[in-house]
Amino acid sequence: MRHLLGVADLGGAEGIEEVMRLTDSFVEVSERAIPRVPALRGKTVAWLFYEDSTRTRLSFETAAKRLSADTMNFSVSSSSVKKGESLRDTARTIEAMGIDAIVVRHASAGAPHRIATWVDAAVVNAGDGWHEHPTQALLDIYTLRQRLGSLEGRHIAIVGDIKHSRVARSDVWAFTAMGARVTLVAPPTLLPPSLEGWPVTVSQDLDSVLSTVDAVYLLRMQHERMTEALLPSLREYTACFGLTNQRVELLRDDAWVMHPGPMNRGVEIAADVADLPRSLILDQVRNGVAVRMAVLYLLLGAGSDLVPPPATPKEDSVV
Amino acid sequence: MSEAGSLVIKGGRVVDAAGERDADVIVVDGLIAAVGPGLSADRTLDAGGCIVGPGLVDLHSHLREPGKEEAETIASGARGAALGGYTAVLAMPNTTPAMDSAAVVRQVVEIGRTAPCDVYASGAITVGRNGEQLAPMAEMAALGVRIFTDDGAGVQDNGLMRRAMEYASGLGVTLAQHCEDDALCGGGHMHEGEWSARLGIPGQPAEAEELMVMRDIALARLTGCRIHFQHLSTARSVEMVRTAIASGLAVSAEATPHHFTLTHAECQSYDPIFKVNPPLRTAQDVAAVKAGLADGTIAVIATDHAPHTPETKELPFDQAPPGMLGLETALALALTELGLPIQQVLGALSWRPAEIIGVGGTHGSVAVGRAANLCVIDPEVTWTVDGAAMASRSANTPFQGRELRGKVRHTVLHGEPVVIDGQAQR
Repeated sequence: MRHLLGVADLGGAEGIEEVMRLTDSFVEVSERAIPRVPALRGKTVAWLFYEDSTRTRLSFETAAKRLSADTMNFSVSSSSVKKGESLRDTARTIEAMGIDAIVVRHASAGAPHRIATWVDAAVVNAGDGWHEHPTQALLDIYTLRQRLGSLEGRHIAIVGDIKHSRVARSDVWAFTAMGARVTLVAPPTLLPPSLEGWPVTVSQDLDSVLSTVDAVYLLRMQHERMTEALLPSLREYTACFGLTNQRVELLRDDAWVMHPGPMNRGVEIAADVADLPRSLILDQVRNGVAVRMAVLYLLLGAGSDLVPPPATPKEDSVV
Repeated sequence: MSEAGSLVIKGGRVVDAAGERDADVIVVDGLIAAVGPGLSADRTLDAGGCIVGPGLVDLHSHLREPGKEEAETIASGARGAALGGYTAVLAMPNTTPAMDSAAVVRQVVEIGRTAPCDVYASGAITVGRNGEQLAPMAEMAALGVRIFTDDGAGVQDNGLMRRAMEYASGLGVTLAQHCEDDALCGGGHMHEGEWSARLGIPGQPAEAEELMVMRDIALARLTGCRIHFQHLSTARSVEMVRTAIASGLAVSAEATPHHFTLTHAECQSYDPIFKVNPPLRTAQDVAAVKAGLADGTIAVIATDHAPHTPETKELPFDQAPPGMLGLETALALALTELGLPIQQVLGALSWRPAEIIGVGGTHGSVAVGRAANLCVIDPEVTWTVDGAAMASRSANTPFQGRELRGKVRHTVLHGEPVVIDGQAQR
């Protein structure tokens, strides 16, 4: 794997399994008193975030630091994006500084793919428009496996604004690659215009789906969808598709609740439901760091020992 | 027989609406003086093994001048046109300022006078192409404008479009429509379907084009105005035009080379070189456009030549402007991809558009006494597309690296060889 632009780059179940195994060891690292290994010492990872994202950026940054990589934040002001700054110029400028990996978040689908064609550094997609968010899918799988063991034959419902969701576009391919069955639950206005070739079933009836799932995955409902006439009102959305206190009772006892955050409590998920023991929302955040360590290690650390021998003096490249 | 200053195009096969025959063509004083075997003149252009056809006529060129000279000028666009075999192009009005007044039309025509290709101006239907108020069509028509369009956008308001067609019918001009319902397309950047869903790019449904085709056919019936549909891209659009023509309405249509060669699957690279409006559509739509060209429903192949600077095409897909180069590849794509007889291909590229634009007197024929606007095509030679090598100031061809068959060898404009052996002479 040279870049991680989408779930397809992982190479199916086998590739995902490799990330899971690596994540296991990095979870162990994260639990140490000093949660740090020198695996990426001398490597530099840059953040190129064209869109605000506190949690994803912090998660990647923590991951890189625990691997002893140097990090730099290339902050892109929203004004320079509005000025139509060439993606290519920006990416090559960063690379000229001697960067090994660029982690990109961009409001435009495909921006990381374009950057990957112009630079030698590894490119990690940290979310591109409505398209994909592959490390989110990996941490979702890791989180589910902690509870379910394998995903083989499991049933997962993804509920909400599928159309505009990069999380859904990654999760669908990742969950099904691992053998899970996926049902999308959303009003037709919030589904992609075509599901040709998607390995999913679709329902508008959340109540009947809930009793059959091993996990229900709620997506954030954005307020601007109302102005686009995709929904009459948030109230109606919650009534039909929200995981309310009443509706959560329809879940089997061993079924889990997930959400990629940030949540709109009271809209797609009732405030109390988010805090139930069956909610894995904080586990997702916690696992995000270890998963991103695994991804950065796979892309940059090939050949280096995961758990290094006792320190002997060693030349480090200076950046 | 040899007249002073005469030129002979020798050894080729002449093809025009009248048919095909092996013949030499003598040009004197900018006119075709003789067509027949065994002719000679002061100067000879070799056409051995080549097709000698009328110069091509493009109904759809964005020459970017005035306003975006960094992407193209009338001169650079016309040079590319000449290299592509064109002797006439119709400049689209979406310049800055728009070609919505006699002054701007006059400027474009004036600059075009020295270009290596006849440059005709279209006029905007509405002031500033804003779709709100009729532009002074009569004033522009008095300068020779025969086609009015807001190209780049369609006229959205049904009532305004009706009035525009009524008014235009009194001037004897043709309205050309970029068919796209903005409300349905709003925010879209590629064809809405399987690929847009997968790629997470907002889509433009085929129905956005089809609704406006449907409306304009209805308005053609209501007003009697001639309407020309630009760059048809969907199977149902083609079918509606077929039915409208059969019912006797004054309707014509064009299709672009990219709409008969490329599909929306190209967008999976996220390279905005494949972003165009109307968007690349499905394989079924491509097949329908080809079938429409084959049966004559779509009379014209037009380029929608739309130069853009490299930096604008290095923006993310949804921020990059739509458009592709076309003038230097249209003929070869038609010859390579359509599988139609040469006469039919030249009809769609030359005399059919010449009729629609009202320049059939000077373009589109290889008959004695007519203006010597000619192109000489080597139909068998293969070549590889390279945007950087084109005459255009821009390089945004989606066919980069593609091997094509058929290339323009010479272009003659009013008797002057402006391209000789594939080299622009000015």
